[in-house]
Amino acid sequence: MTTADSSKDLNQISDSASGFDSNLAGRYQQDKIFRIAALIATLAGLVVLGFLVFDILVDGLGRLLQNFPSFINSFPSRSADRAGVLSALVGSILLLIITALAAFPLGVGTGIFLQEFGGDSWFSKFVEVNIGNLAAVPSIIYGLLGLTVFVDLLFNVTGGRSVVSAGLTLALLILPVIIVATREAMKAVPDSLRLAGFALGSTRWQVIWEHVLPLALPGILTGTILALSRAIGETAPLIVIGAATFVPFLPTNLKDSFTALPIQIFNWTSRPQAAFHANAAAAIIVLMVLLLTMNAGAIFLRNKFQSER
Amino acid sequence: MQTNSPAVGTGTAFYVDNTDYYYGSFQAVRDVTLDIPERKITAFIGPSGCGKSTVLRCFNRLNDLIPSAHIKGRITYRGVDIYDKGVDPIDLRRNIGMVFQKPNPFPKSIYENIAFGARINGYKGDMDELVERSLRAAAIWDEVKDKLKESGLSISGGQQQRLCIARAIAIEPQVLLMDEPCSALDPISTRSVEELMQELKERYTIIIVTHNMQQATRVSDMTAFFNAEPTEKGGKQGYLVEYAPTQTIFNSPQMEATQDYVSGRFG
Repeated sequence: MTTADSSKDLNQISDSASGFDSNLAGRYQQDKIFRIAALIATLAGLVVLGFLVFDILVDGLGRLLQNFPSFINSFPSRSADRAGVLSALVGSILLLIITALAAFPLGVGTGIFLQEFGGDSWFSKFVEVNIGNLAAVPSIIYGLLGLTVFVDLLFNVTGGRSVVSAGLTLALLILPVIIVATREAMKAVPDSLRLAGFALGSTRWQVIWEHVLPLALPGILTGTILALSRAIGETAPLIVIGAATFVPFLPTNLKDSFTALPIQIFNWTSRPQAAFHANAAAAIIVLMVLLLTMNAGAIFLRNKFQSER
Repeated sequence: MQTNSPAVGTGTAFYVDNTDYYYGSFQAVRDVTLDIPERKITAFIGPSGCGKSTVLRCFNRLNDLIPSAHIKGRITYRGVDIYDKGVDPIDLRRNIGMVFQKPNPFPKSIYENIAFGARINGYKGDMDELVERSLRAAAIWDEVKDKLKESGLSISGGQQQRLCIARAIAIEPQVLLMDEPCSALDPISTRSVEELMQELKERYTIIIVTHNMQQATRVSDMTAFFNAEPTEKGGKQGYLVEYAPTQTIFNSPQMEATQDYVSGRFG
């Protein structure tokens, strides 16, 4: 308020001569209104998220702590208090690894091609438009695609409704996100560095490998891990692919049938008994811990590569 | 500065023969014909948009990276048409170094900034020795010799630009193209770069684009004055007005436009 008061004094000096009406008090008012509006927007999201976490913890933490190691390292069971998430957790981690191994090289490779090699050709424009469209396709459609291609057509390779079919389907699902993240990260590398590289007689690949990728890597990794975080929570495509809901064994090879945490949660919430609902809440906590660990890993990797520069 | 008799090392480096420069169908610069002497400093001056940087970037075919850019006419270097199919642009750039307007060291160590070009071009000698020699040649060794492992971005702007010059000469080019190398530097750093250029011209052919006419008079032997005229479509088209020894351009130019520009009277 002191600011507004003192400027009022200044206005009295200058206003007499000028044709300006600075209306400083009104502009400060506007400032304040929009600051509060932005704060409310921020809090709205935070409150909903906080309530969600709180609710889940109330429902599930008791079950998780009460059966602490056994909930993590037991197979599903008909009786709720003996059931655990072991096969779902291992299935989710296995899916994650397959998805990452398939999606990272394909996505980054496509991103590099489009950003550095593709130029303005009709082909790269065609690919670009299609990637934009693919990113908007609902995940269940990817499930149908995976069912047709990986489960049916490539039955001999994937073994049908297997963990590798599901992993490859999820890889397709997050491919557009990784491609876009790669392109954006590479776009952010200043052109002056590319020119400096070329002016020294580098080939295009030398410029990409030595100068563009190292700078783009934190952004690429962040985008990839966020995309993987999305993949790990996907349920719809896994249902279409045919994840099993009751898997009392660990997959021994990539062609084994599998289950995953979202499937297990979905299964438990759809049962009538309240005890299974507590199991679902506990499994959600496990899934969230997995997600938070991954995101922490993303931040760690990004900081590590940034500090090396 | 001007010698009349062609002594050793005063042959023609580049011969630019009746060239026009295009971006797509837009003719950005027209009618450029000039010969650039070896081991001299040639300055390109002129108002913004006159195409002097465009012409400069054709000497190492850096404009090849812009898909729509192409030229008509011939540029030869030591008698070889540099746009001939047999000339590899990557090999050409290894021999024709470039220093840019804004200092652009790689975000790596000072040592690695110098070693990179040598490494990718298959340098077989002692890398430590090459790094020291290049930094000494760019008159920056004493300032950075104790922090070779530190980032190239950690030093001042003037030092960064001399690091970029060291990086360019580390791969032993024959020519140095300098695109307004001092425009982002303060006067003291500018002076050190200009002094460095005088030393470097004993070994390298230097072409410098500059907005600073005093700089052209201070450092260059030959000066080319480019001008720009508006086109019907609202763009600008550059053309070479006059090319002569620097003394002539600044003291007794043939063209009225040159006289107006160098004396500060425009249009």
